Amino acid sequence: MSRIINTLLIGISGGSIYSLMSLALVLVWRSTRVVNFAQAGQAILSTYIGYVVVTHTDNYWLAFPVALLSGALIGALVDIFLIRILARRANSGPVAAIAPVIATLGLLGLIRAIVGMIWGGDLRRFKLPVTNHGFTFGHTTIPFAPINLLIVVTTVIVMLIFSVIFQRTNLGLALRASAFSPEIARLAGVRVDLTRTIGWAFAGAAGAIAGVLVTPTNYLSPNSLDLLLVSGFVAAVIGGLESLIGAAVGGLVLGISLAFVLEYISSSLAFPVAFVVLMAVLLIKPAGLFGGKRVRSA
Amino acid sequence: MPGLVVNDLHVFHGAIRAVDGLSFAVETGQLAAIIGANGAGKTTLLRALTGLKSVQSGSATWNGESMLRQKPENLVRQGIVHVSDGKSVIPELSVKENLSLGGLWRRDKKDVAIVTAEVLDLFPRLSERMSQSADTLSGGERQMLAIGRSLISRPSLLLLDEPSLGLAPLVIEQIFQAIKSLQARLNLTVVLVEQNAMSALRIADIGVIVNLGRLVTVGSSQELINNPALRAAYLGY
Amino acid sequence: MLKRKPAAQVQIDMDKNIARRKIVGATFFMFLGIALFIASNIVDELRVYQGATVAVYVVAISSIILLTGYSGQISLGHGALMAIGAYAAVLSRNYWNFPIPLTFAVAVLAAALFGALLGMAAGRLSGPYLAGTTLALAVGLPSLANQFKILGGEEGLTYDVGFPPLSLGQDFTQYKWFFWIAALAALAITWVIFNILGSRYGRQWRALRSNPTAAALLGVHVARSKVLAFTISSGIAGLAGALMSMTISLVTPSAFPLSLSFAIVTGAVLAGVTLLTGSIVGAVVLVAIPEVTAALATHLGGSEKVTSNLPGLMMSTLLILSVLFFPNGPQLHRRKTRKS
Repeated sequence: MSRIINTLLIGISGGSIYSLMSLALVLVWRSTRVVNFAQAGQAILSTYIGYVVVTHTDNYWLAFPVALLSGALIGALVDIFLIRILARRANSGPVAAIAPVIATLGLLGLIRAIVGMIWGGDLRRFKLPVTNHGFTFGHTTIPFAPINLLIVVTTVIVMLIFSVIFQRTNLGLALRASAFSPEIARLAGVRVDLTRTIGWAFAGAAGAIAGVLVTPTNYLSPNSLDLLLVSGFVAAVIGGLESLIGAAVGGLVLGISLAFVLEYISSSLAFPVAFVVLMAVLLIKPAGLFGGKRVRSA
Repeated sequence: MPGLVVNDLHVFHGAIRAVDGLSFAVETGQLAAIIGANGAGKTTLLRALTGLKSVQSGSATWNGESMLRQKPENLVRQGIVHVSDGKSVIPELSVKENLSLGGLWRRDKKDVAIVTAEVLDLFPRLSERMSQSADTLSGGERQMLAIGRSLISRPSLLLLDEPSLGLAPLVIEQIFQAIKSLQARLNLTVVLVEQNAMSALRIADIGVIVNLGRLVTVGSSQELINNPALRAAYLGY
Repeated sequence: MLKRKPAAQVQIDMDKNIARRKIVGATFFMFLGIALFIASNIVDELRVYQGATVAVYVVAISSIILLTGYSGQISLGHGALMAIGAYAAVLSRNYWNFPIPLTFAVAVLAAALFGALLGMAAGRLSGPYLAGTTLALAVGLPSLANQFKILGGEEGLTYDVGFPPLSLGQDFTQYKWFFWIAALAALAITWVIFNILGSRYGRQWRALRSNPTAAALLGVHVARSKVLAFTISSGIAGLAGALMSMTISLVTPSAFPLSLSFAIVTGAVLAGVTLLTGSIVGAVVLVAIPEVTAALATHLGGSEKVTSNLPGLMMSTLLILSVLFFPNGPQLHRRKTRKS
């Protein structure tokens, strides 16, 4: 029984990180209808910036907001310099549908190369803000540590903040309107371009948070977030790209399934399992768990 | 005082001249009906005026200032609102959310509340359905919603693209009456693009007849209704 | 007023066009084959080996061109399909002693079968959902090999196509043999794809890509057409996988990383996703970039950090620029057509 609970806890903690990443992807999807493969690149760059702050000030809690802000800034810059141009130029022909995919993939490679050039490929350690040692109750130590609690709590807070923004504020309404029907939104007076940039900034911030939360338990290198990108994407698709709740649930579903597979079966089956979970969900609901009945074509 | 002045406008749609040297003027406070067959270039004209389509050459001014080559969201802030044809509401949002889009950009939230109440008064069917998603509305209700939303932006120039499209005759009459009374009450300048020539001319002050992107004739609506040649060609009898 | 041709005449003209197309195509490929044969005898060993790699990429890229450029479906997981083909080929060789050409056929069939299943599942998925699924496949599938001993685990299985036959002479090198096999396969596959694309299936895919609803109304069985495209594309990718394993004489999971799937999509975009002969352009670029940047790096000097990341930097920049400014590729043969 305790093994099940332990595994569940590990799954929730890991799943929270996936949720954050998938949140970033869903945010961009909902505001621009683009899947941002560069999200991991933006996140790793923000994480490195956070790393610089931590090594210079020995203060994680200072690095956190710095990384967050740099993530937002990078996200905004990517939208302004890449996506806007892309929208103007590649809107016809067979490449139009996949052009954003290719462009963001290219950007991912570009950012990774630049990060590698500045900091090199060696693994670095990121200072832990709180301990990695599991909570102890009497004699038993569960594999859930203060750092995991921090991860889960932060994820919940971020989700709540974004849900409130999206559903209850004017900015959120503008974001949704710009995503669903940019032309109608424009005609109604919404500054669609600016709104979209804000969406990208939010997404960049979410990705940065995921990066600085997960890296202390792992290590930092230009490629360390790649698998997170894939997991985040799978989680986003499982949840259905249309909803923030979907992002959260998708992340948890994936995290928990992976934890159980890792624990009870084998570690190298992690990604095949992710694939199977994904396929299982999509076969029943082609638009993801919360994707809604209407399958919006890209 | 000249309200909307369009001069020698040329707009291309691919390789086709969709608008071919069109010129006309609408005085402030007038309702102008732009009439023509399908494909005559009427929708392209409106899209070009509000920055949704690029203009090759020519000019268009509103109260003396050029309105061309600006983003539609900027024109809204200058009092020029375009209600596009077909899908003019966002189906994924609720009626209330659709309406509030028109007032999002405005600073004077008190006035937004006032005019929203007036719109709901004018279109009671909307107030019944405030929390419903906009895709549950009928065609006529969607048109009311779109027009209502545009009013919340307090426009001085309203460009309506085929509001009667796909609507039953009775509903069309309702919508047109609403447009007419709004125009009179708020002293709006309205440009009404329509295929439904007769109904449009009946509420209009002037009519602009367009064919293949070119101007056929301009005149007061009365003259056009009473002109037998035009009646035969464009009004069908 | 144009005079209308009688229907019978139109049919005759169409048939003549198709026949003419086939003759022109066949001649082109024959000349290309001869040119490559001559080149392989002149050029040095390294280039010959690179030529083999280029040929492999040509096959892989053309599978993407068929799938994405023509039927409009995206796949970020073709590396996994290549892996399936490679493993099928090596297993059939090691356990059943199949002759090499037959192992290639096995590779095609195995990958095509998987592709058919994948295509059926993917049929209901659009854009990003399909991308996500294929992405998960690309990452998930190769690691399966670590799980099952029969697949050789991390170290993989050796895939030995054997030495060139003695009849070709004493100095016929191993690399030249690789090149010949790969180039022949590439030519043959390109010829096959060229014909498929010209057939009614190719036309169906084009219709499908630009307007699925209209295509369905015109009688195109949308789902079946998409699955067919996926199946054929996967089979071709399987062949590419087997060929690639031939050039390194090894089949291991690490030969099929996620970056491989990205690389062939990159190559397809550089080629101009609908231009079949552009696949050569794409393949050459993919092989040339590491070499060019390595030369550039040694020329400029600089730390290891910089030089090891330079290829990635150049490739990514090239990719972004080409998608921004040449979204439809080099347009080498395109007539001036109006934007569709």
